[in-house]
Amino acid sequence: MKLNKILKNTLLIVLACFALSACATKKVSTGQMQGDVYTGTDTVEYLASGVPDRVFFATNESVLTTASRETLRKQAGWLRKNSDVTIVLEGHADERGTREYNLALGERRANAAKDYLMTYGISSDRISVLSYGKERPVDSGSNPLAWSKNRRSVTVKAN
Amino acid sequence: MKNIKFFLLSSLIILFIPIKSFSLIEVDITRGNLNPLPVAVSPLSIDEKSKKSFEGLVKNKDIGEEISRIVENNLKTSGLFNPLSKDAFLQAPDIANLKPRFEDWNLIKAQALITGKVTNVDDNLRVEFRLWDVLAGKEMMALAFTTVPTNWRRVGHIISDKVYERLTGEKGYFDTRIIYVAEEGPKTKRVKKLAIMDQDGANNKFLTLGNELVLTPRFNPTSQMVTYLSYFRNLPRVYLLDIETGMQEVVGDFPGMTFAPRFSPDGKKIIMSFAKDGNSDIYTMDLENRIVEKITNHPSIDTSPSYSPNGKFICFNSDRSGYQQIYVMKSDGSNVKRISFGNGIYGTPVWSPRGDLIAFTKLHKGKFYIGVMRTDGSGERLLTENFYQEAPSWSPNGRVLIFYRETKTDDKGEGFSAKLWSIDLTGYNERMVKTPTDGSDPSWSSLLSN
Repeated sequence: MKLNKILKNTLLIVLACFALSACATKKVSTGQMQGDVYTGTDTVEYLASGVPDRVFFATNESVLTTASRETLRKQAGWLRKNSDVTIVLEGHADERGTREYNLALGERRANAAKDYLMTYGISSDRISVLSYGKERPVDSGSNPLAWSKNRRSVTVKAN
Repeated sequence: MKNIKFFLLSSLIILFIPIKSFSLIEVDITRGNLNPLPVAVSPLSIDEKSKKSFEGLVKNKDIGEEISRIVENNLKTSGLFNPLSKDAFLQAPDIANLKPRFEDWNLIKAQALITGKVTNVDDNLRVEFRLWDVLAGKEMMALAFTTVPTNWRRVGHIISDKVYERLTGEKGYFDTRIIYVAEEGPKTKRVKKLAIMDQDGANNKFLTLGNELVLTPRFNPTSQMVTYLSYFRNLPRVYLLDIETGMQEVVGDFPGMTFAPRFSPDGKKIIMSFAKDGNSDIYTMDLENRIVEKITNHPSIDTSPSYSPNGKFICFNSDRSGYQQIYVMKSDGSNVKRISFGNGIYGTPVWSPRGDLIAFTKLHKGKFYIGVMRTDGSGERLLTENFYQEAPSWSPNGRVLIFYRETKTDDKGEGFSAKLWSIDLTGYNERMVKTPTDGSDPSWSSLLSN
């Protein structure tokens, strides 16, 4: 009975995943977005060769994508090699939300990046978090692509 | 900042208030007014000697005329009154103030008439004014007061408030100020300063220099204090600013970002959010004993808190359901209830000073709305729809909302602007509030003369 239930739930989850991925595939509007997460490199800067400085988020989300986790692992590797470097994680939101909520959302995004860096051995003493909410967009456009570039957490050297 | 002085209210002495209760003209403000009341605002009469002296004192050619223009402008922007062109006035201001010829005023279709007189009494400004019911041929109100000449604009606002109150039965909102964020520069690098102005846009002053980002200023309902968010030294914190002295201080000792501040209705507490480790909760700090209390405790984002006018409840927005929605709880944080259940997401709830409504921002299908609902979430009414707008703030009488609106940029990312707008609770009378620069995050003060 119990096993049956678990199986049923698993099936539901598999189905849900299938539905989501189908949905995501359908939503790709340009080569620079996956779902509504930015995948391009227009705005990306580099902390060192091959170490991108930022990760991007879906609307209203602070979940790290596979690509984001890869970027953060590269950052963690670089930070381990440069153990004197301290960083600020600057969390940002797009312009399509209320100012105060976006401040909280930016903080949540930067902390998602912080948590991930910490699991890869970077001490929290070296990381501070600063949310800008929607105050500092990189792209001033009012369209989905511009918004996707603005939903980000940027790792900035602090020293 | 230090030279910003606010006029002592005690310098405004009301000498007599004869109350005569006729039930004459009445203006209904509970619904959109498509037939504003025709009113004649006669220039306040002034003798040559007083005129000359005020010209020297406050650099004003005809202070009587100027004051009447302030009254006219206030009444007009309220949307409830239609001030008639002065060109059509037949009677001279001084004679009209003594004994109006009602037939003359009736002829130009005025239903109400405001007359008055300005004199210099020991270099003080003495103003008397009268409100007349033209059809009934009767005086509805007469008031006089004496104040320092630099207060002349406020005199115009106080007359407007008295007239509004006499004709609508509710307190006015003209002798008030707006604090807001003045914005300039490209969208990616906006420079923001705190600014304050009279409700009609006059006397605009910048309170900060723009060296650091500042956001969301809000008035203390009981004093000339303001709370706001500043990124001073790149640490976003809630600050308290005394606009009389320019003194400012950080509110509380939090190890992280504090934001979304507002005062309690008695002005004794600040309620705000504190973000730590990706979680934002609501806190209060008592300004007298500095005691900090945690009000919400939930792994979701809880922010934009606002007290009910009796201080017993708090509304706020939270994404604990998955998306931003509006909740109401008791002021100790108990009894949390979600009240927004319509389509879309809801934020920035602000409790009306009358207590019966909550104004909010709503996002639905890519459009932003300013709306109101009852405090249990029923009776949702959307007042205005746009590409982007948010952050309503109530006029002290709860009849008008001021908020900000941003424009969509073009394909090149250009054409961005942020402006202050106001709209009546009825959904009528939407108008842009002019500011010298772009503006956002407006907050309306209480009546200064109460």
